Amino acid sequence: MSGLRLLAGPSLSSGSETYADHVRRLGAATLAGRALIEALGRSGLTGRGGASFSVAVKWKAVAVASKGRAVVIANGAEGEPQSHKDRLLMTTRPHLILDGAFLAARTLRANQVVLYVGEEHGSSWAAMERALDERPEAERRIARMVAAPHRYVAGESSAAVHLVEAGIATPTTTPPHPRERGVASAPTLVQNVETLAHIALIARYGDAWYKSAGRRGAAGTILITITGGVKSPGILEVEAGTTIEEAVAMAGGVSEPAAALLVGGYFGAWVPVDKGWALPLDAAALKAQGMNLGCGVIGVLPATRCGVCDTARIMRYLAQESSAQCGPCFFGLRALSDAIGRVAERGTNRDDLARLKRWAVEVQGRGACKHPDGAVIFLRSALSTFADTFASHPAHWRQQPA
Amino acid sequence: MREGLHLSIDRIKCDGHGLCAELLPELIRLDDWGYPIIAPGPVPDHLLPLAQRAVATCPVLALALRRTAASK
Repeated sequence: MSGLRLLAGPSLSSGSETYADHVRRLGAATLAGRALIEALGRSGLTGRGGASFSVAVKWKAVAVASKGRAVVIANGAEGEPQSHKDRLLMTTRPHLILDGAFLAARTLRANQVVLYVGEEHGSSWAAMERALDERPEAERRIARMVAAPHRYVAGESSAAVHLVEAGIATPTTTPPHPRERGVASAPTLVQNVETLAHIALIARYGDAWYKSAGRRGAAGTILITITGGVKSPGILEVEAGTTIEEAVAMAGGVSEPAAALLVGGYFGAWVPVDKGWALPLDAAALKAQGMNLGCGVIGVLPATRCGVCDTARIMRYLAQESSAQCGPCFFGLRALSDAIGRVAERGTNRDDLARLKRWAVEVQGRGACKHPDGAVIFLRSALSTFADTFASHPAHWRQQPA
Repeated sequence: MREGLHLSIDRIKCDGHGLCAELLPELIRLDDWGYPIIAPGPVPDHLLPLAQRAVATCPVLALALRRTAASK
């Protein structure tokens, strides 16, 4: 592609860009207020935390209800184990994120900005704290750092609000959504840090510039994390609409023949490689195919690994990460994890296969948040992608769980 | 979404007491762990009195009748 956007500028290995360098390189944002919300709407920008929700819709809802007391939460919890892109951004380009957060605060007339950073992301926390110290007094005065607990659900928007408000990072029943009633009942914008960084650039260069990147009808750039059987796993900034095959080529290509791809991380879906290579990395295009970009994780499963065993390992993790509030999620994911664990460990049996298929449908839509839905959509994709392996799995883990 | 009243459950409040499924088996069944699964769509008129009784009987006030199916 012609150029990086979020990751443009000084070498990423030289650490955080200082505020002075950031301002010298990019100048000040020119758009704010109504004009910024309109530009965000025309850009089509959607959230990069996983839900791919329209940024403009969220901003309009908070702006209407704000009355000068809205809250902005910059979400750097990054609880998805395979994703590293938010951490890369926080450690190297913290001022893009802060620009986005304070632009949101000004535009939405918010009186609080919370930098919500995963407690286990030590260097991200340090970089964000240092960056905040460099900002003007008027910004520092309304901002504070809050540690996101090391739990998968801590980054879910209602859980972020709950933590900031009450110190408990569990999701709450919606509606009301945080954008309607969040921290201290004030309308609250919970926005992923990558999304805020894109906003910082759109506020400088506009929506037409944003859309000048992108392929196959998609707009902008995306940070993705490529893991698994590739020669150079890691984080890439790609033009939206780049195919997975092209992105994997940018990561050095496969390290050995691949069997399947995990698109969208643990809340995503498995696809066989023959169908997966051509998929475009774009939230809208993937949604049209019943898939989900999530937070941009692409996992490449080598043909030598067992998809059932990997799925069992991930289901065990997702079951453990239930916040144990809703019965269908707490008991259902545990039961599903046990059933697939038995298939992985003791071999295929008809009863467990039937249970997996039935529960994977029954659990959906029956939690306060989308945790159970994400887990069973992921499981169902495994049941179809690895149908042959599920039908004749041997009586032992083909790979020990990590 | 079709017009009418829908049953909705606050999934955090629900503890799986199961009274709702006893009182309204036409629309509510329990999963393998005792938590309710609600039939999709609006509550038919002839079942509204039973649905209201199920709502009133829920020990943790997790069941509600709502004009839209805002939460499942």
